[in-house]
Amino acid sequence: MAAYLRRRLLQAALTIWAISIISFVLIELPPGDFVTSYVDRRASQGIPLPPDEVQVLRVRYGLDQPAAQRYLIWMGRLLQGDLGVSWIRGQPVSEIISDRLWLTMAVSLAAILFTWAVALPVGIYSAIRQYSAGDYLFTLLCFAGVGVPNFLLGLLVMYLGFVWFDADVGGLLSARYVDAPWNAAKLWDLIQHLPLPALVLGTGGTAYMIRILRANLLDELSKPYVLTARAKGLSEVRLLLRYPLRVALNPFVSTAGYLLPYLVSGSIIVSMVMSLPTVAPVLLSALMDQDLYLAGTLVLLLGILTVVGTLISDLLLLRIDPRIRFRGTS
Amino acid sequence: MNREPEEFGVRLETASAWQLTWQRFRRHKLAVVSLILLGFLYLVVLLADFLATADPNRIDASRAYRPPQPIHLLDDGGFNPHVHPVSGEWDHRIFRRVHRTDPDRRLPVRLLVRGYEYEFLGLFPTSLHLMGVEGEAQALSLLGTDGLGRDLYSRLVHGTRTSLTIGLAGVVLSLVLGVVLGGISGFYGGRVDTLIQRVIEILLSIPTIPLWLGLAAAMPRDWGVLRVYFILTVILSLIGWTRLGREVRGRFLVLRQEDYVLAAELMGAGRASIIRRHLVPAITSHVIATATLALPAMIIAETSLSFLGLGLRPPAISWGILLQGAQQVQVLALRPWLLAPAVPVVAAILAFNFVGDGLRDAADPYSRRT
Repeated sequence: MAAYLRRRLLQAALTIWAISIISFVLIELPPGDFVTSYVDRRASQGIPLPPDEVQVLRVRYGLDQPAAQRYLIWMGRLLQGDLGVSWIRGQPVSEIISDRLWLTMAVSLAAILFTWAVALPVGIYSAIRQYSAGDYLFTLLCFAGVGVPNFLLGLLVMYLGFVWFDADVGGLLSARYVDAPWNAAKLWDLIQHLPLPALVLGTGGTAYMIRILRANLLDELSKPYVLTARAKGLSEVRLLLRYPLRVALNPFVSTAGYLLPYLVSGSIIVSMVMSLPTVAPVLLSALMDQDLYLAGTLVLLLGILTVVGTLISDLLLLRIDPRIRFRGTS
Repeated sequence: MNREPEEFGVRLETASAWQLTWQRFRRHKLAVVSLILLGFLYLVVLLADFLATADPNRIDASRAYRPPQPIHLLDDGGFNPHVHPVSGEWDHRIFRRVHRTDPDRRLPVRLLVRGYEYEFLGLFPTSLHLMGVEGEAQALSLLGTDGLGRDLYSRLVHGTRTSLTIGLAGVVLSLVLGVVLGGISGFYGGRVDTLIQRVIEILLSIPTIPLWLGLAAAMPRDWGVLRVYFILTVILSLIGWTRLGREVRGRFLVLRQEDYVLAAELMGAGRASIIRRHLVPAITSHVIATATLALPAMIIAETSLSFLGLGLRPPAISWGILLQGAQQVQVLALRPWLLAPAVPVVAAILAFNFVGDGLRDAADPYSRRT
């Protein structure tokens, strides 16, 4: 088990390092750099920058140094907890993204909670009442969940909200709380706004999860030990909860790791459609402007959060699945 | 003594692996229906220009946001498909263009009429279209028009061509990467296997959309349609190959232990010949099934990226670009027909899912699972 833990932690560190390189390459990839796009912007405004000033800017942002050097500078600062300053906005990156990062996480977590809260009872119901009218209904809904991409679902929800209730159902906070400091009232407001984005974001994963749980539970229910337990007179509820469900639950925890990258990805697009104040709009504009510290840090942080989430789900799995604990493999 | 069954006067019917696969696939009714739907969609891909009723790029401000136009089939008791002409006028009181139908005039809708010029399958120029109003192609707007007065139905037909081929191209590219890397990983094992598996794990734990966004944003704005299309395919398959790679590796690992592979080895067959004669045929059907299941993800990715303005860009036409027009809820509430491109998106995703499911169930014709 210790060996597994060590290997898993090492792998997480390796992944984060790989993501840091990928995010750096992403920002370096477009032709030109931040200063060239800045010079272009100034020129288009009719106030061109003198060449020596351009050089000064390059030196100030370290753009005159080779790429490897710049990567090391960036990493060195990050490790000291300095996220850098956004070139375009002139604000510290940490200041721009702190609230937004938490909101992104809040939306993703709400989507995970939604997924579990719906998939668990529905999956169990579909399995123990296989081929019933309810099972068919849920199967149909699952197909719909798989077939509608979440940005389309978001669009549909916004449209229906507008047509039926004449209200803008987007956003995460009521207008009066947007700039307010965090307190209980603002948190409550956020919680009230979360269900709709969670529904939009979580539907695809929920549909997938229901199918998995149903299939696994059906496999387990047809095994001889269930028949034995029933023959010995165990009540149906205890019979179900005792073993089959516990075995069938395994993929719930193990897929949570892959669910998280999927949800974080999805939240970017859903945020754009439903105008949620997550990191999505900032990331998009920073990528367009080649704002290294802002865009790079965002991609990196999203990656790190995902890796940490995956790690947590693996540790949970370690806790509930003895096969991993004793054999060191899943 | 070894004697062939025929010598006993018995005729044996044998079915090839593919026939068995097909027989089992046919039992999955939903998959068969979906396969027919996909066939129809790819027919649209081939015949997009022929099916279009108007030039998808022709801008006409006076026709902006025209609602869908019903075709009336009967006329004075006889069969005479026709539409009523529509004229748009700017209404200064509501700041909107209002389209009025003239119920007295009738424009006949005919099959095989002349319209805008195009190259049929890239072979020869023609101007023949499936249907339309003779001499007045712009008079017909089956699904309404967009904000620039372009015919939505014709654009949808052209968008189908782009969106369905880009998904296919992306999957083919992922397939090549996945089969080669997954095959190496599964067949040779050892250090190469560990390395490739780590790379896959890292790629799978990165949120894809930020990565795609970054790569897509890196494409210079002045690139042409074709170049963006090609690079986007590469970007999509960069992540798409991981799942296929895992599937192929898993299959190889299982198959290597099969008795017939051992038998072939004992009979002195070389490595290349074992791979070619025994392993590749055995995994083909699984690979096809996995590839089919990977297609919807590609289509969603292209649609989402284009929808955000980071995928394909106008003048290219794709489902994502068409849905961009429906981005504003306020616009959408007045012109719900702009949401029409969502229908083929959902239909294609579901159809690929069903066909993939059917193929996966049918992939192993010799297993006893039904």
